[in-house]
Amino acid sequence: MARSVTTGHKAIATAGAWIVALLIFFPILYTIITSFKSETEAIAGFDLIPSFTTESYAEVQSQYNYFKPFLNSVLLSVGSTVIALAIAIPAAWSMAFSPTRRTKDILMWMLSTKMMPAVAVLFPMYIIFRDLGLLDSRIGLMIMLTMINLPIVVWMLYTYFREIPGEILEAARMDGASLWNEIVYVLTPMAVPGIASTMLLNIILAWNEAFWTIRLTTTDAAPLTAFISSFSSPQGLFWAKLSAASTLAIAPILIMGWFSQKQLVRGLTFGAVK
Amino acid sequence: MGQITLTDVHKSFGSTVIIPKINLEIEDGEFVVFVGPSGCGKSTLLRLIAGLEDTSAGTISIDGRDVTQAAPAKRGLAMVFQSYALYPHMTVAKNIAFPLKMAGESPETIERKVQDAARVLNLTNYLERRPGQLSGGQRQRVAIGRAIVRNPSAFLFDEPLSNLDAALRGTMRLEISELHQQLKTTMIYVTHDQVEAMTMADKIVVLNAGNIEQVGSPLDLYRNPKNLFVAGFIGSPKMNLIEGAEADKRGAKTIGIRPEHLALSTDKGDWKGTVGVTERLGADTFVHVHANSLGTLNVRAGGEVQLDHGQTVFLTPDPAKLHRFGADGKAM
Repeated sequence: MARSVTTGHKAIATAGAWIVALLIFFPILYTIITSFKSETEAIAGFDLIPSFTTESYAEVQSQYNYFKPFLNSVLLSVGSTVIALAIAIPAAWSMAFSPTRRTKDILMWMLSTKMMPAVAVLFPMYIIFRDLGLLDSRIGLMIMLTMINLPIVVWMLYTYFREIPGEILEAARMDGASLWNEIVYVLTPMAVPGIASTMLLNIILAWNEAFWTIRLTTTDAAPLTAFISSFSSPQGLFWAKLSAASTLAIAPILIMGWFSQKQLVRGLTFGAVK
Repeated sequence: MGQITLTDVHKSFGSTVIIPKINLEIEDGEFVVFVGPSGCGKSTLLRLIAGLEDTSAGTISIDGRDVTQAAPAKRGLAMVFQSYALYPHMTVAKNIAFPLKMAGESPETIERKVQDAARVLNLTNYLERRPGQLSGGQRQRVAIGRAIVRNPSAFLFDEPLSNLDAALRGTMRLEISELHQQLKTTMIYVTHDQVEAMTMADKIVVLNAGNIEQVGSPLDLYRNPKNLFVAGFIGSPKMNLIEGAEADKRGAKTIGIRPEHLALSTDKGDWKGTVGVTERLGADTFVHVHANSLGTLNVRAGGEVQLDHGQTVFLTPDPAKLHRFGADGKAM
């Protein structure tokens, strides 16, 4: 028997969902509100109605260079995503379509690297980066971001590729398609939604990554995460300016996420229900 | 042309033997059905012919050419899959055109062949739709369309109707048979449904545990099953198989008699029993008779027959139609 859902139940569920969503969103909302306060207002205490001054933004813009870390964030997130996809697509492809007895073990092993706290390898990584001259370089950070997100990218693509029925590829082979034609005409068009949502998610993960981006950079390669953290400086905390900088840092990815939410939700729940 | 010869074909996955050793000759233009229970190796055999699986040993030749090591596309065969395996992102026209495009045909030729196939298969109005917007039967026709444009030397069908409902299955069965009459191309058809096998085939290959049990025309298999397996598998309803004293009396381990070869009487006959379930199909009535030590026997009676549950009846087998099987299961 189907469960009957009354209007009352629905209303309670909807209200519950809104409360949870607002709780999650509140820190971001408060950051945005604080960014429109004056510095004195910001330290005065909890207040949801700011004076709507844009002085913090003006100051952030004039005193600090927002554009350079922004550009670094774009280059790092897009660059690391491109490298990750270039490695993960063939890897996930072979694991999905020609699995061996060890495929599951390899996937688990890759995922297990995500279970290790990053700080555990901070020293070795720092020393390696220092010796290779990769500290505060975009290419070094790009490699780092690729490495930390690669397991998730491979897993996501693997799940997507697994959903493509093997019979379709066999049909293509019967129809005379070479491996290349199979990839170009059949597999890629069918996998595009999956690749797109994996790409979006990886850009967001790379954009928000703060542990390594702050620790392995100083100025040249510093992205927006390092830009924000530079506001908690020895000169003291400037809440309004910090909020303005944070808002500027999260705005691009928030806007991108908003426009691609449909694709993202599909990507994250893919394979959960057939 | 589409003459296919399998010589000592063997297939195993690791240590699991799927097909011990098979020899089979398929003539040009024949409609051959591979039939057998699930896991009997019939689909594997078809995939070996298609080239989608590698042969572990033996040779497969098409029109005298050894294709054992050839890639699927180089064998000149077309396949229709159980799941249709259409390209979901392409329109019907593009799906049908795909093998032609891969073969490097000119756009004009492709257009003409696609239109021809669509006309034969009643798909002309659906050419711009995508597979997702079609019904099961239409999708199956697109899959067939994709196969016929290539002008293959043989068609391979892997349980193509098992995803369709009963009514549509009947219609598509006729359409495929009709297509075979028109094209006169070799067709190899895999099914577990013996009704499909009986109604469509020129030649049936009955498979069991990777071995060929018997090869022959539908009526040949029906009338002269070579062993117990074929006797029990071919025919619907199944042949009645009886062991014990009645079989011993006739010098056999098992005797078999089809439901239509048992005469039913309410007053006299060889075997006595009581009426169990009666299945009325209109023209015929199938009566299940509990005949003591013989077990339950299925008897075909006329559509008008009136019998009550528990009523005593007598059965008499037609001696000329009685099948005798020895201890090894082979017909005597």
